[in-house]
Amino acid sequence: MALSEAGAAAVAAIRQLCLPRLWHWSWLCLCLSVWLMPFTPSAQASTLPEERADALYHRYEGDGVVIDGPSLLVRKNFKETVSVSANYYVDNVSSASIDVITSGASEYSEQREEVSVSADYLYGKSIFSAGYTNSEESDYTADTFFVGVSQDFFGDLTNISLGYARGDDEVLQNGNADFAEDIERHSYRLGISQVMAPNLLLALNYEVITDEGYLNNPYRVYRFLADPLDPSQGFQQETEVYPETRTSDSASLKLLYHLPWRASLGANYRYFTDDWGIEAHTGQVGYSHAFGPHWVVDLKYRYYQQSAADFYSDLFQFAAQDDKDFRARDKELSDMSSQTLSLYLSYERPLSFRGMDRASVTLQYDRILLEYDNFSDLRDTEALPGEERLFDMNADVIKLLFTLWY
Amino acid sequence: MFCMRSAFLLTATLLTACSSWQPEPWVKPYERQMLADPIMRFDRDPVSSSYLHHVYESREGARGALGSGGGGCGCN
Repeated sequence: MALSEAGAAAVAAIRQLCLPRLWHWSWLCLCLSVWLMPFTPSAQASTLPEERADALYHRYEGDGVVIDGPSLLVRKNFKETVSVSANYYVDNVSSASIDVITSGASEYSEQREEVSVSADYLYGKSIFSAGYTNSEESDYTADTFFVGVSQDFFGDLTNISLGYARGDDEVLQNGNADFAEDIERHSYRLGISQVMAPNLLLALNYEVITDEGYLNNPYRVYRFLADPLDPSQGFQQETEVYPETRTSDSASLKLLYHLPWRASLGANYRYFTDDWGIEAHTGQVGYSHAFGPHWVVDLKYRYYQQSAADFYSDLFQFAAQDDKDFRARDKELSDMSSQTLSLYLSYERPLSFRGMDRASVTLQYDRILLEYDNFSDLRDTEALPGEERLFDMNADVIKLLFTLWY
Repeated sequence: MFCMRSAFLLTATLLTACSSWQPEPWVKPYERQMLADPIMRFDRDPVSSSYLHHVYESREGARGALGSGGGGCGCN
């Protein structure tokens, strides 16, 4: 609780001092000022990201849902000042999740494709970035633009980055050609990375995200008692009623420490809060160990916990009275926690073939356990409404990654 | 409103001043061998970490402050 209050106070202080309200002109003014920094004297240049090509196969399986597909990334640099990258990503979804089953729908399959392009321009100690992402699926389209700038300070021991992203989403509903809604998103990011010692790195990130529009999932429903005085009469379901705006704050701290042997210890913490009443804590620790010049093993443990949104309930007493009487039963908005145990194994070796530098293959496995404190498993049809067993699930994530540096 | 503008202008001025100020680095260039080790990167494989962030954002209510972006849902 003390940690929670401290986190809330820190975020409130940051908002009070810096971001009581986010006017676009203010942020752009700040970005413009930072963009002028490269014209001040600089002694040593920053560097662009390495040229590389990645081919990833990913697979997620849990709660009747299987999602797999490739992700391909290529990054190429030109004249040591410009770096461009392109990413193509696919999700092949086959879903018979608890939400699908208990809503009465049948298993469905669909595909999501995402294409991203970005460019970085290096000038002195600064890197200017811009990019665009498009995501398409049968009932959802998302377009996101971003700009950012990062600058090295203090003998390149400090790096400060600012970013802004704007997203325009279109929400559709399969089987309902008349349904089409929009969402507008804005994201403001501030990041600081700091060399603390010859073997210790620190990174701080702060991000505000605002959404406005149709924030429901159009397929999801909440439930309420058919007769509030007699639960044995069962329950009824209606489409969820969400607020049309959401603003969230998140702040994270990362530490990375190099041990006396070739290994590193990492620790992350993130605090999250939003105006829907969700408060979340994320903590992660990791250990990376190199075996000889070629092998690296990573072990990680992540813990996540959140409180429910103000308008979440597993079982409402009554139906919503109007469109301001918000009702949600999304398990992602419930009181919940998750734990992830990760094991990654990587093999890398130099290459001397047609300008190639080195190559690696990495196999990553993540086991995710999700527990819900107030989301019932409606497949427990023997129990009275509100007395069903609680839902929990496990998910397995496998990633196989091939990387080529050139 | 005035305080807000002043705070941003002051921050921008300080950042600009900092960019031209070159103090003596407390970690010398020849002391950065460990920092250059790939195992000291916060994000060694951006493609796979971006994917895992997407998995978490689809299953959890929290978002942001992770250094990745993108769109789409894939969460039904």
